Amino acid sequence: MIPVSHYLFLSLALFIIGIVGVLTRRNVIIILMSVELILNAVNINLVAFSRLFGSVDGQIFALFIITDAAAEAAVGLGIIIAFFRNRETVLADEMDMLKW
Amino acid sequence: MLDKALFYFFGSLAIVSAILVVTRRSAVHSAIFLITALLATAGIFLQLHAEFLFIVQIILYAGGIMVLFVFVIMLVNLDVMLHQVRFTRQKWVALVLAVSLGSFAAFWIYRSGHGVALKSVLNIPAAPTTRLEPNTEMISQGLFHDYILPFELASILLLVAMIGAVVMAKKKV
Repeated sequence: MIPVSHYLFLSLALFIIGIVGVLTRRNVIIILMSVELILNAVNINLVAFSRLFGSVDGQIFALFIITDAAAEAAVGLGIIIAFFRNRETVLADEMDMLKW
Repeated sequence: MLDKALFYFFGSLAIVSAILVVTRRSAVHSAIFLITALLATAGIFLQLHAEFLFIVQIILYAGGIMVLFVFVIMLVNLDVMLHQVRFTRQKWVALVLAVSLGSFAAFWIYRSGHGVALKSVLNIPAAPTTRLEPNTEMISQGLFHDYILPFELASILLLVAMIGAVVMAKKKV
């Protein structure tokens, strides 16, 4: 039996990689992909604890997180398409219309 | 034994492809490696006896959300991106901050798993897998009985997101 801390380490590694992606990439599409990575890392935690305690509640929470991820991806990609149509860019540091 | 082999195989696959997602230059390559990372996570779910989540992960993430991503990558202009700087100016600060956050959290997970706190929740023996079976039936029981209100809220959230996405992507607002 694998100790549950190994799942936590795996999830932590994915979470940190996702955070690095969100903070350092310029392409907004890849920033959204990194957000998906972060949500997945959280799901691994929930399912690992659900296995540890022998209760499906964690898996139900993971289902809700997947639903949220789908909603977030749909709205975020819609915003990207609308922005690209107006400004011809998908780079995060060129999206400064609200800066001044 | 097979359990361990599956976990370490899928775990290392997930980490390697996640690193490739945030470092590749082309967005299409990132999307492909994101699919690999999501499928590896699905393998972890299967290894954890969450069969329903395993199939939901494959159908919804790898089948639904990734198609959306690939469509948007095709819609926006890719060729310009290939010749531009990948990372923002604050990349080193962000990397140092994220790695220090990660090592801090890893230290505390290690400490509560192996160190002084032997009474920690991480050290209790795992429940028998039979308590999670039959998986789909138990999830539907929980979803439509204990969590019926969050379930309905999730459906409203999906409706709002659908309307929002259609309004955002319309030609004339």
